[in-house]
Amino acid sequence: MPDSSTISSPDGPAYTRTAVALHWLIAALIAVGFAIGLVVSDLPFSPQKLRWVAYHKWIGVTVFVLAAVRLLWRLTHRPPPWVAMPAWQLVAAKFSHALLYTLMFVLPLLGWLFSSAAGVPVVYLGLVRLPDLVAKNKALADSLIEMHVNCAWLLCGIVAVHAAAALKHHFLDRDDTLRRMLRWTAPGAPR
Amino acid sequence: MSALRHALIAAALAVGAVQAGPIDAAKSRITAQFTQMNVPVEDPFTRFSGTVDFDPAHPERARAHLDIDLSSFDLGDPDYSAEICKPEWFDCAHHPRASFEASALEPLGGGRYALSGTLSLKGKTQDLRIPVTLVNLSGANAFDGAVTISRSHFEIGGPDWKDVVADAVKVSFHIVIPTH
Repeated sequence: MPDSSTISSPDGPAYTRTAVALHWLIAALIAVGFAIGLVVSDLPFSPQKLRWVAYHKWIGVTVFVLAAVRLLWRLTHRPPPWVAMPAWQLVAAKFSHALLYTLMFVLPLLGWLFSSAAGVPVVYLGLVRLPDLVAKNKALADSLIEMHVNCAWLLCGIVAVHAAAALKHHFLDRDDTLRRMLRWTAPGAPR
Repeated sequence: MSALRHALIAAALAVGAVQAGPIDAAKSRITAQFTQMNVPVEDPFTRFSGTVDFDPAHPERARAHLDIDLSSFDLGDPDYSAEICKPEWFDCAHHPRASFEASALEPLGGGRYALSGTLSLKGKTQDLRIPVTLVNLSGANAFDGAVTISRSHFEIGGPDWKDVVADAVKVSFHIVIPTH
Protein backbone atom coordinates (compact mmCIF):
# COMPACT_ATOMS: atom_id res chain seq x y z
CA MET A 1 0.00 0.00 0.00
CA PRO A 2 1.78 3.17 -1.16
CA ASP A 3 1.59 5.95 1.35
CA SER A 4 2.78 9.52 1.41
CA SER A 5 6.35 8.59 2.29
CA THR A 6 8.93 8.72 -0.48
CA ILE A 7 9.20 5.52 -2.42
CA SER A 8 12.60 3.99 -3.07
CA SER A 9 13.77 1.40 -5.51
CA PRO A 10 17.24 -0.16 -5.64
CA ASP A 11 18.10 2.56 -8.17
CA GLY A 12 17.13 5.40 -5.88
CA PRO A 13 13.95 7.40 -5.25
CA ALA A 14 11.24 6.48 -7.73
CA TYR A 15 7.96 7.67 -9.08
CA THR A 16 5.06 5.26 -8.81
CA ARG A 17 4.17 3.53 -12.05
CA THR A 18 0.85 5.37 -11.99
CA ALA A 19 2.67 8.70 -11.87
CA VAL A 20 4.97 7.70 -14.73
CA ALA A 21 2.06 6.40 -16.81
CA LEU A 22 0.00 9.56 -16.22
CA HIS A 23 2.98 11.78 -17.07
CA TRP A 24 3.62 10.20 -20.47
CA LEU A 25 -0.02 9.60 -21.33
CA ILE A 26 -0.90 13.23 -20.67
CA ALA A 27 2.25 14.39 -22.48
CA ALA A 28 1.28 12.38 -25.56
CA LEU A 29 -2.32 13.61 -25.47
CA ILE A 30 -1.19 17.22 -25.13
CA ALA A 31 1.20 16.82 -28.08
CA VAL A 32 -1.51 15.29 -30.29
CA GLY A 33 -4.17 17.73 -29.10
CA PHE A 34 -1.85 20.67 -29.75
CA ALA A 35 -0.97 19.41 -33.24
CA ILE A 36 -4.64 18.90 -34.16
CA GLY A 37 -5.56 22.31 -32.78
CA LEU A 38 -2.79 23.95 -34.78
CA VAL A 39 -3.81 22.27 -38.04
CA VAL A 40 -7.62 22.44 -37.84
CA SER A 41 -7.74 26.13 -37.01
CA ASP A 42 -6.54 26.81 -40.58
CA LEU A 43 -8.67 24.18 -42.33
CA PRO A 44 -11.57 25.34 -44.49
CA PHE A 45 -15.06 24.32 -43.41
CA SER A 46 -15.33 20.64 -44.27
CA PRO A 47 -16.44 17.32 -42.77
CA GLN A 48 -12.78 16.68 -41.91
CA LYS A 49 -12.60 19.91 -39.97
CA LEU A 50 -15.68 19.09 -37.89
CA ARG A 51 -14.33 15.62 -37.24
CA TRP A 52 -10.89 16.81 -36.11
CA VAL A 53 -12.35 19.60 -34.01
CA ALA A 54 -14.42 16.92 -32.25
CA TYR A 55 -11.31 14.76 -31.67
CA HIS A 56 -9.46 17.83 -30.36
CA LYS A 57 -12.25 18.46 -27.85
CA TRP A 58 -12.34 14.82 -26.75
CA ILE A 59 -8.59 14.90 -26.15
CA GLY A 60 -9.00 18.08 -24.12
CA VAL A 61 -11.68 16.51 -21.93
CA THR A 62 -9.48 13.43 -21.44
CA VAL A 63 -6.49 15.57 -20.44
CA PHE A 64 -8.66 17.48 -17.97
CA VAL A 65 -9.90 14.27 -16.30
CA LEU A 66 -6.44 12.66 -16.27
CA ALA A 67 -4.95 15.87 -14.88
CA ALA A 68 -7.45 15.73 -12.01
CA VAL A 69 -6.53 12.09 -11.33
CA ARG A 70 -2.87 13.01 -11.55
CA LEU A 71 -3.19 15.92 -9.15
CA LEU A 72 -4.98 13.73 -6.60
CA TRP A 73 -2.35 11.04 -7.06
CA ARG A 74 0.44 13.54 -6.60
CA LEU A 75 -1.13 14.94 -3.45
CA THR A 76 -1.37 11.44 -1.97
CA HIS A 77 1.90 10.00 -3.30
CA ARG A 78 4.94 12.11 -2.66
CA PRO A 79 7.22 12.32 -5.70
CA PRO A 80 10.97 11.68 -5.28
CA PRO A 81 12.87 14.67 -3.91
CA TRP A 82 14.41 17.22 -6.26
CA VAL A 83 17.95 16.44 -7.33
CA ALA A 84 20.57 18.87 -6.10
CA MET A 85 20.58 22.05 -8.19
CA PRO A 86 21.19 25.79 -7.83
CA ALA A 87 18.45 27.68 -6.00
CA TRP A 88 17.30 29.62 -9.09
CA GLN A 89 16.87 26.38 -11.03
CA LEU A 90 14.81 24.92 -8.21
CA VAL A 91 12.60 28.01 -8.22
CA ALA A 92 12.28 27.82 -12.01
CA ALA A 93 11.50 24.09 -11.85
CA LYS A 94 8.82 24.53 -9.19
CA PHE A 95 7.33 27.46 -11.07
CA SER A 96 7.20 25.65 -14.41
CA HIS A 97 5.70 22.52 -12.84
CA ALA A 98 3.02 24.64 -11.17
CA LEU A 99 2.32 26.32 -14.51
CA LEU A 100 2.16 22.96 -16.31
CA TYR A 101 -0.39 21.67 -13.81
CA THR A 102 -2.39 24.89 -14.03
CA LEU A 103 -2.48 24.83 -17.83
CA MET A 104 -3.53 21.16 -17.89
CA PHE A 105 -6.75 22.41 -16.28
CA VAL A 106 -7.05 25.91 -17.69
CA LEU A 107 -6.53 25.03 -21.36
CA PRO A 108 -9.32 22.43 -21.61
CA LEU A 109 -11.54 24.68 -19.48
CA LEU A 110 -11.03 27.61 -21.89
CA GLY A 111 -11.81 25.28 -24.78
CA TRP A 112 -14.99 24.15 -23.05
CA LEU A 113 -15.98 27.77 -22.28
CA PHE A 114 -15.31 28.72 -25.90
CA SER A 115 -17.42 25.80 -27.16
CA SER A 116 -20.31 26.93 -25.00
CA ALA A 117 -19.98 30.58 -26.07
CA ALA A 118 -19.73 29.52 -29.72
CA GLY A 119 -22.94 27.50 -29.38
CA VAL A 120 -21.22 24.22 -30.28
CA PRO A 121 -21.42 22.14 -27.10
CA VAL A 122 -18.85 19.50 -26.18
CA VAL A 123 -20.20 15.97 -26.54
CA TYR A 124 -17.46 13.71 -25.19
CA LEU A 125 -16.80 10.81 -27.56
CA GLY A 126 -20.10 11.72 -29.22
CA LEU A 127 -21.83 10.22 -26.18
CA VAL A 128 -21.77 12.48 -23.15
CA ARG A 129 -22.97 16.03 -23.54
CA LEU A 130 -21.15 18.41 -21.21
CA PRO A 131 -23.27 21.24 -19.83
CA ASP A 132 -22.81 24.66 -21.38
CA LEU A 133 -20.83 26.87 -19.02
CA VAL A 134 -21.94 30.16 -20.58
CA ALA A 135 -24.68 31.24 -22.97
CA LYS A 136 -24.00 31.64 -26.67
CA ASN A 137 -22.19 34.93 -27.18
CA LYS A 138 -20.10 35.75 -30.25
CA ALA A 139 -17.94 38.45 -28.64
CA LEU A 140 -17.22 36.25 -25.62
CA ALA A 141 -16.42 33.31 -27.90
CA ASP A 142 -13.93 35.43 -29.84
CA SER A 143 -12.05 36.46 -26.71
CA LEU A 144 -12.19 32.95 -25.21
CA ILE A 145 -10.68 31.33 -28.31
CA GLU A 146 -7.94 33.96 -28.27
CA MET A 147 -7.18 33.13 -24.62
CA HIS A 148 -7.29 29.40 -25.46
CA VAL A 149 -4.78 29.88 -28.29
CA ASN A 150 -2.50 32.11 -26.18
CA CYS A 151 -2.52 29.59 -23.32
CA ALA A 152 -1.77 26.79 -25.81
CA TRP A 153 1.34 28.65 -26.99
CA LEU A 154 2.30 29.34 -23.38
CA LEU A 155 1.94 25.61 -22.65
CA CYS A 156 4.00 24.84 -25.75
CA GLY A 157 6.75 27.14 -24.46
CA ILE A 158 6.73 25.71 -20.93
CA VAL A 159 6.78 22.15 -22.29
CA ALA A 160 9.82 23.09 -24.38
CA VAL A 161 11.58 24.51 -21.30
CA HIS A 162 10.54 21.42 -19.27
CA ALA A 163 11.90 19.03 -21.93
CA ALA A 164 15.08 21.06 -22.41
CA ALA A 165 15.70 21.02 -18.65
CA ALA A 166 15.16 17.25 -18.51
CA LEU A 167 17.67 16.74 -21.33
CA LYS A 168 20.15 19.10 -19.65
CA HIS A 169 19.85 17.11 -16.40
CA HIS A 170 20.34 13.88 -18.31
CA PHE A 171 23.18 14.75 -20.69
CA LEU A 172 25.02 17.60 -18.98
CA ASP A 173 24.44 17.08 -15.27
CA ARG A 174 24.18 13.31 -15.74
CA ASP A 175 21.74 13.02 -12.85
CA ASP A 176 18.67 10.85 -12.31
CA THR A 177 15.98 13.43 -13.23
CA LEU A 178 14.94 12.06 -16.62
CA ARG A 179 15.83 8.44 -15.94
CA ARG A 180 13.46 8.15 -13.00
CA MET A 181 10.57 9.37 -15.14
CA LEU A 182 11.47 6.65 -17.67
CA ARG A 183 11.91 3.90 -15.07
CA TRP A 184 9.05 1.48 -15.38
CA THR A 185 10.22 -1.98 -14.46
CA ALA A 186 12.50 -1.13 -11.56
CA PRO A 187 12.47 -4.12 -9.22
CA GLY A 188 10.43 -3.43 -6.16
CA ALA A 189 8.88 -0.31 -7.67
CA PRO A 190 5.31 -0.10 -6.49
CA ARG A 191 2.42 0.19 -8.89
CA MET B 1 -72.36 49.84 -52.02
CA SER B 2 -71.61 52.08 -49.10
CA ALA B 3 -74.07 50.11 -47.00
CA LEU B 4 -72.30 46.86 -47.86
CA ARG B 5 -68.93 48.34 -46.90
CA HIS B 6 -70.36 49.53 -43.61
CA ALA B 7 -71.74 46.10 -42.97
CA LEU B 8 -68.38 44.49 -43.72
CA ILE B 9 -66.51 46.88 -41.46
CA ALA B 10 -69.05 46.34 -38.73
CA ALA B 11 -68.67 42.58 -39.13
CA ALA B 12 -64.89 42.89 -38.94
CA LEU B 13 -65.11 45.03 -35.82
CA ALA B 14 -67.54 42.60 -34.26
CA VAL B 15 -65.06 39.78 -34.67
CA GLY B 16 -62.55 42.01 -32.97
CA ALA B 17 -59.26 40.21 -33.10
CA VAL B 18 -58.93 39.62 -36.82
CA GLN B 19 -55.30 39.68 -37.79
CA ALA B 20 -54.18 39.97 -41.36
CA GLY B 21 -50.89 41.47 -42.22
CA PRO B 22 -47.16 41.21 -42.04
CA ILE B 23 -45.46 39.37 -39.21
CA ASP B 24 -43.21 41.29 -36.86
CA ALA B 25 -39.96 39.85 -38.20
CA ALA B 26 -37.80 41.74 -35.74
CA LYS B 27 -39.48 40.01 -32.82
CA SER B 28 -39.88 36.66 -34.54
CA ARG B 29 -37.30 33.92 -34.63
CA ILE B 30 -36.60 31.03 -36.97
CA THR B 31 -33.77 28.64 -36.20
CA ALA B 32 -32.48 25.36 -37.53
CA GLN B 33 -30.85 22.85 -35.23
CA PHE B 34 -28.58 20.36 -36.93
CA THR B 35 -26.49 17.68 -35.32
CA GLN B 36 -22.85 17.14 -36.15
CA MET B 37 -21.25 14.06 -34.57
CA ASN B 38 -24.02 14.08 -31.97
CA VAL B 39 -23.33 17.72 -31.19
CA PRO B 40 -26.53 19.76 -31.48
CA VAL B 41 -25.96 23.19 -33.00
CA GLU B 42 -28.80 25.69 -33.33
CA ASP B 43 -28.41 28.76 -35.51
CA PRO B 44 -30.83 31.46 -36.68
CA PHE B 45 -32.07 32.70 -40.01
CA THR B 46 -31.72 36.45 -39.68
CA ARG B 47 -33.85 37.53 -42.68
CA PHE B 48 -37.37 36.36 -43.34
CA SER B 49 -40.75 37.88 -43.98
CA GLY B 50 -44.32 36.77 -44.08
CA THR B 51 -47.98 37.53 -43.79
CA VAL B 52 -50.48 35.88 -41.52
CA ASP B 53 -54.24 36.01 -41.80
CA PHE B 54 -55.55 34.65 -38.56
CA ASP B 55 -58.79 35.08 -36.69
CA PRO B 56 -58.89 33.22 -33.36
CA ALA B 57 -62.65 32.84 -33.82
CA HIS B 58 -62.20 31.15 -37.21
CA PRO B 59 -58.89 29.29 -37.18
CA GLU B 60 -60.02 27.16 -40.10
CA ARG B 61 -59.83 30.26 -42.31
CA ALA B 62 -56.25 31.00 -41.26
CA ARG B 63 -53.73 31.50 -44.02
CA ALA B 64 -50.05 32.26 -43.78
CA HIS B 65 -47.10 32.66 -46.06
CA LEU B 66 -43.49 32.79 -44.97
CA ASP B 67 -40.33 33.47 -46.99
CA ILE B 68 -36.91 32.72 -45.55
CA ASP B 69 -33.75 34.15 -47.05
CA LEU B 70 -31.47 31.11 -47.01
CA SER B 71 -28.27 33.14 -47.29
CA SER B 72 -29.15 34.63 -43.91
CA PHE B 73 -28.49 31.36 -42.05
CA ASP B 74 -26.00 32.60 -39.48
CA LEU B 75 -23.56 29.91 -38.38
CA GLY B 76 -21.57 32.46 -36.39
CA ASP B 77 -18.64 32.43 -38.80
CA PRO B 78 -18.58 34.08 -42.26
CA ASP B 79 -16.72 31.08 -43.74
CA TYR B 80 -19.38 28.66 -42.52
CA SER B 81 -22.23 30.86 -43.68
CA ALA B 82 -20.62 31.13 -47.14
CA GLU B 83 -20.23 27.34 -47.27
CA ILE B 84 -23.91 26.80 -46.55
CA CYS B 85 -24.88 28.78 -49.71
CA LYS B 86 -22.86 26.48 -51.99
CA PRO B 87 -24.73 24.26 -54.48
CA GLU B 88 -24.39 21.11 -52.35
CA TRP B 89 -26.12 22.86 -49.44
CA PHE B 90 -28.80 25.51 -49.97
CA ASP B 91 -27.65 26.51 -53.46
CA CYS B 92 -28.61 30.11 -52.72
CA ALA B 93 -27.79 31.23 -56.28
CA HIS B 94 -30.61 29.11 -57.72
CA HIS B 95 -32.88 28.84 -54.70
CA PRO B 96 -32.42 32.00 -52.63
CA ARG B 97 -35.52 31.47 -50.52
CA ALA B 98 -37.41 28.78 -48.74
CA SER B 99 -41.12 29.32 -48.35
CA PHE B 100 -43.90 27.93 -46.25
CA GLU B 101 -47.50 28.19 -47.38
CA ALA B 102 -49.92 27.40 -44.58
CA SER B 103 -53.23 25.97 -45.69
CA ALA B 104 -54.99 24.90 -42.50
CA LEU B 105 -54.92 25.50 -38.79
CA GLU B 106 -56.76 22.91 -36.78
CA PRO B 107 -57.53 23.76 -33.14
CA LEU B 108 -56.49 21.07 -30.67
CA GLY B 109 -57.61 22.96 -27.56
CA GLY B 110 -55.69 24.80 -24.88
CA GLY B 111 -54.03 27.17 -27.32
CA ARG B 112 -52.57 24.33 -29.31
CA TYR B 113 -53.12 23.88 -33.03
CA ALA B 114 -52.00 21.64 -35.83
CA LEU B 115 -50.63 23.77 -38.63
CA SER B 116 -50.67 22.21 -42.09
CA GLY B 117 -48.81 23.59 -45.03
CA THR B 118 -46.24 23.08 -47.71
CA LEU B 119 -42.56 23.76 -47.31
CA SER B 120 -40.66 24.60 -50.50
CA LEU B 121 -36.90 24.37 -50.24
CA LYS B 122 -34.26 23.99 -52.92
CA GLY B 123 -36.80 23.11 -55.58
CA LYS B 124 -38.43 20.37 -53.51
CA THR B 125 -41.64 20.50 -51.55
CA GLN B 126 -42.98 18.66 -48.55
CA ASP B 127 -46.36 18.77 -46.87
CA LEU B 128 -45.94 19.25 -43.15
CA ARG B 129 -48.25 19.08 -40.19
CA ILE B 130 -46.69 21.02 -37.35
CA PRO B 131 -47.90 21.25 -33.75
CA VAL B 132 -47.94 24.92 -32.75
CA THR B 133 -48.87 26.84 -29.64
CA LEU B 134 -50.55 30.21 -29.67
CA VAL B 135 -48.99 32.56 -27.15
CA ASN B 136 -50.65 35.81 -26.21
CA LEU B 137 -48.18 38.65 -25.87
CA SER B 138 -48.97 42.27 -25.14
CA GLY B 139 -50.06 43.80 -28.44
CA ALA B 140 -49.31 40.65 -30.34
CA ASN B 141 -49.88 36.96 -30.68
CA ALA B 142 -47.17 34.48 -31.43
CA PHE B 143 -47.12 31.00 -32.86
CA ASP B 144 -44.41 28.76 -31.44
CA GLY B 145 -43.58 25.46 -32.98
CA ALA B 146 -40.97 23.10 -34.29
CA VAL B 147 -40.76 20.54 -37.05
CA THR B 148 -38.10 18.04 -37.99
CA ILE B 149 -37.22 17.70 -41.65
CA SER B 150 -34.83 15.49 -43.55
CA ARG B 151 -31.75 16.97 -45.25
CA SER B 152 -31.71 14.21 -47.82
CA HIS B 153 -35.33 14.86 -48.86
CA PHE B 154 -34.31 18.35 -49.91
CA GLU B 155 -30.85 17.25 -51.10
CA ILE B 156 -29.10 19.57 -48.68
CA GLY B 157 -25.50 18.68 -47.92
CA GLY B 158 -23.36 16.48 -50.14
CA PRO B 159 -22.52 12.82 -49.52
CA ASP B 160 -19.21 13.80 -47.88
CA TRP B 161 -21.17 15.20 -44.97
CA LYS B 162 -23.42 12.21 -44.42
CA ASP B 163 -21.33 10.69 -41.64
CA VAL B 164 -20.70 13.99 -39.88
CA VAL B 165 -24.01 15.84 -40.01
CA ALA B 166 -27.20 13.96 -39.13
CA ASP B 167 -30.05 13.81 -41.63
CA ALA B 168 -32.69 15.17 -39.27
CA VAL B 169 -32.79 18.94 -38.86
CA LYS B 170 -35.14 20.56 -36.39
CA VAL B 171 -36.59 23.87 -37.49
CA SER B 172 -38.04 25.94 -34.65
CA PHE B 173 -39.97 29.15 -34.97
CA HIS B 174 -41.52 31.90 -32.92
CA ILE B 175 -43.65 34.00 -35.27
CA VAL B 176 -45.00 37.23 -33.83
CA ILE B 177 -48.18 38.68 -35.31
CA PRO B 178 -49.07 42.20 -34.17
CA THR B 179 -52.71 42.58 -33.09
CA HIS B 180 -54.46 45.43 -34.85
